[in-house]
Amino acid sequence: MRSVVLEIDGREVGAKEGMTILDAARSVGIQIPTLCHHEKLEPYGACRICTVEVESRGRSRLVASCVYPVEEGISVRTRSEKIDRLRKMILQLLLAHAPDSPVLKELAQEYGAKEDIFDKEPSFCIHCGLCVRYCAEVKKLNAVGFVGRGTKREIAFVPEVASKVCWDCKECFPLCPTSALQAAYMLVEAFAGSGPGVD
Amino acid sequence: MARLNSPQELHRFQEELLSRRPSTASFVSICAGTGCLAAGAKEVIAAFKEEMEKSGIAAKIQSKETGCPGFCERGPVVVIYPEEICYLQVAPQDVPEIVAETLMNRKVVDRLLYVDPATKKRVQRESEIPFYKKQVRNLIGNNIRIDPRNIEDYIALGGYTALAKALFQMTPEEVLQEVKRSQLRGRGGGGFPTGRKWEESRNAPGDVKYVIVNADEGDPGAFMDRALLEGNPHSVLEGLIIGAYVVGAHQGFVYVRQEYPLAVENITIAIRQAEEYGLLGENILGSGFHFRVKVHQGAGAFVSGESSALMTAIEGKVGEPRPKYIHTAIKGVWDRPSVLNNVETWANIPLIINKGASWFTQFGTDGSKGTKIFSLVGKINNTGLVEVPMGVTLREIIYEIGGGIPRGKEFKAVQTGGPSGGCLPAELLDLKVGFDELTQAGSMMGSGGMIVMDEDTCMVDVARYFLDFLSEESCGKCVPCREGIRQMLKLLTAITEGKAKEGDLQLLVDLAEVACDASLCALGRTAPNPFLSTLKYFASEYEAHIKERRCPALSCKALVSYYIDPERCQACLRCLRSCPAQAISGAKDTIHVIDQDKCTRCGTCLEVCPPRFAAVRKVSGEPVPPPLPEEKRIIVREREGK
Repeated sequence: MRSVVLEIDGREVGAKEGMTILDAARSVGIQIPTLCHHEKLEPYGACRICTVEVESRGRSRLVASCVYPVEEGISVRTRSEKIDRLRKMILQLLLAHAPDSPVLKELAQEYGAKEDIFDKEPSFCIHCGLCVRYCAEVKKLNAVGFVGRGTKREIAFVPEVASKVCWDCKECFPLCPTSALQAAYMLVEAFAGSGPGVD
Repeated sequence: MARLNSPQELHRFQEELLSRRPSTASFVSICAGTGCLAAGAKEVIAAFKEEMEKSGIAAKIQSKETGCPGFCERGPVVVIYPEEICYLQVAPQDVPEIVAETLMNRKVVDRLLYVDPATKKRVQRESEIPFYKKQVRNLIGNNIRIDPRNIEDYIALGGYTALAKALFQMTPEEVLQEVKRSQLRGRGGGGFPTGRKWEESRNAPGDVKYVIVNADEGDPGAFMDRALLEGNPHSVLEGLIIGAYVVGAHQGFVYVRQEYPLAVENITIAIRQAEEYGLLGENILGSGFHFRVKVHQGAGAFVSGESSALMTAIEGKVGEPRPKYIHTAIKGVWDRPSVLNNVETWANIPLIINKGASWFTQFGTDGSKGTKIFSLVGKINNTGLVEVPMGVTLREIIYEIGGGIPRGKEFKAVQTGGPSGGCLPAELLDLKVGFDELTQAGSMMGSGGMIVMDEDTCMVDVARYFLDFLSEESCGKCVPCREGIRQMLKLLTAITEGKAKEGDLQLLVDLAEVACDASLCALGRTAPNPFLSTLKYFASEYEAHIKERRCPALSCKALVSYYIDPERCQACLRCLRSCPAQAISGAKDTIHVIDQDKCTRCGTCLEVCPPRFAAVRKVSGEPVPPPLPEEKRIIVREREGK
């Protein structure tokens, strides 16, 4: 792996080729907020809360730091008026779904996001995909997945698989940023009719 | 048919085909594209077969089912060669006359010809019809001359000579340079320079590379790619093989949506025939170059037209976009270098190789070279496919080719670029059509959809319609797109229902910013365009909806009311009997009145009220006048002749 030197928030940071901006920033203690990122999982780039500004060859653009690979000589800004505005709106959009999520509440305070900008949506899920990806990538079970697309996308347990493997695992529960409620709720629903341990 | 093992054999075969079919030979072309089939072309084709058999002329005159020539408004289209007599809206019962008169006696059946609305003169030749006259049909011009299921038709018109030229007279590098010199830009939406994309893939490390045709055309109202793939599949295939030769790919894919069954069928047949003729597969034309193509059917997701989503789908996964900070030309399907071009982009390649980059660059503007096919739909007289040089104005397309707006209505806007594009107003009718010109105006070229709107179209409702489309078609992976669209749709719906609050417009603008700047893929980044462009050019319509609860186009149901003008009502009972909500009271000789509480605003009364009375009024933003007191509703008529 080749070494790369980049600049983050004015600091010179050494990184290895193949690392993401997020990896490089965290390696030197610079914090960038994330919601869908997890060390054990492949970068996903869905929540966009980790958006940062990258300047390279005189061009500045907004990228998701969790998936953007480090490059020699780029200059990264992790906070700016623009970035904060984006993060605030992303949080407001998510707070419509999960107003009581501790992670969201904490970030909301940091970025001045209000929870009542949009009408409440009757779903707790913020589609970070942590449960789905953990089950697929780490457990290799695919007991939970996304169904539907667009605004109708939601997570759902596959009853045939979930009824066999979930009861003894539940490792995805603590990953859920909107408290385990959502995963648990969906799981119970999937079990309705069969019950735990009944095959 | 034996394989063609060299360019000489291809050349000899082409000459042999031409000697068998001299240019003076008569043949009948019947459009069998999806548009004409929907208009009844299948029955017309059957009638021709039967009638030509019966009259014994079938042995002398060939009839062929061809691809779409573009004039869908007047389908089914039949063209008879060599005179190029063009019959429009042909019905099966017209066929005996055509066979007896035109095929047997070379006489023209006048009543089936196009009548120029301006001069009232009948036009005999296809190319003389104003709709076609202003076009430059480099790409779709041959559709009406080719049976897409017969490779020999394509070869007879010079097909695959560009491939032979590329393989035997040019190095891959030379082909690449020719494509770069042509300044061809991708026809699928982004307008990325094709040559540069190819070069990135060609220079990318790795032995396994792919070339892909993007035929996942999904913009509402767009059907350019379908017409090409259905009507001239070999032109796309030939371009693809040349591209493979340049980048060094030995496997190609045609990603075509399942909703295009005829396109799937025709490209599949084309691939099989090209293999049989030695133009695809092992040792193409004896050159030693090998290349295979697989057809991959999309499962109906609009977002799969996005390059990284399409490639994910080819891998067998759910077609969701993935970050592409490294271009797919370098890291695409299974992380291999992959060149993805749109159907129309590929179809341009054989022309560029055969005729040269300088021929190609004579068409178009500084930034946009060549021709572009548009599907012209909506409130336009001549619905259909239009191929024009880049740089013609919107006005030329809409008025000179499209024949203007039906029923004397006023033009209001043209929507270009599909759900990622925008609406351009009458002030911009003289805008030249090109990638950069459209983007600067707040819309985009997209893949070439052009939806014309007249005075009755509400621009807020148009924005709402596209956001609604996107709310179903976004993949739903990233927050700015999924949640942003969800909220934008809610706000726009509220505006069209007269329920908008102070500050909603600003909130829409803020949501648009986040979607544009932070979405994962181009679908989300361009999703706010329908809103932003209508706000830019039609801000007063937004204001009217929000502040006055008024829809200026009288289109938004929640904001309009109907009433019957007592001065004009003749108590003819028509509206009263037609009203599905039974909201109209009255009787013979008693002026009719609409009960506003019962009225569902369906507009039936307005439609059925005889124009000479024109008593039904549609209003928005103003109160309905109170009905006459019952005793004043009686009409006392003076009888004529008394």
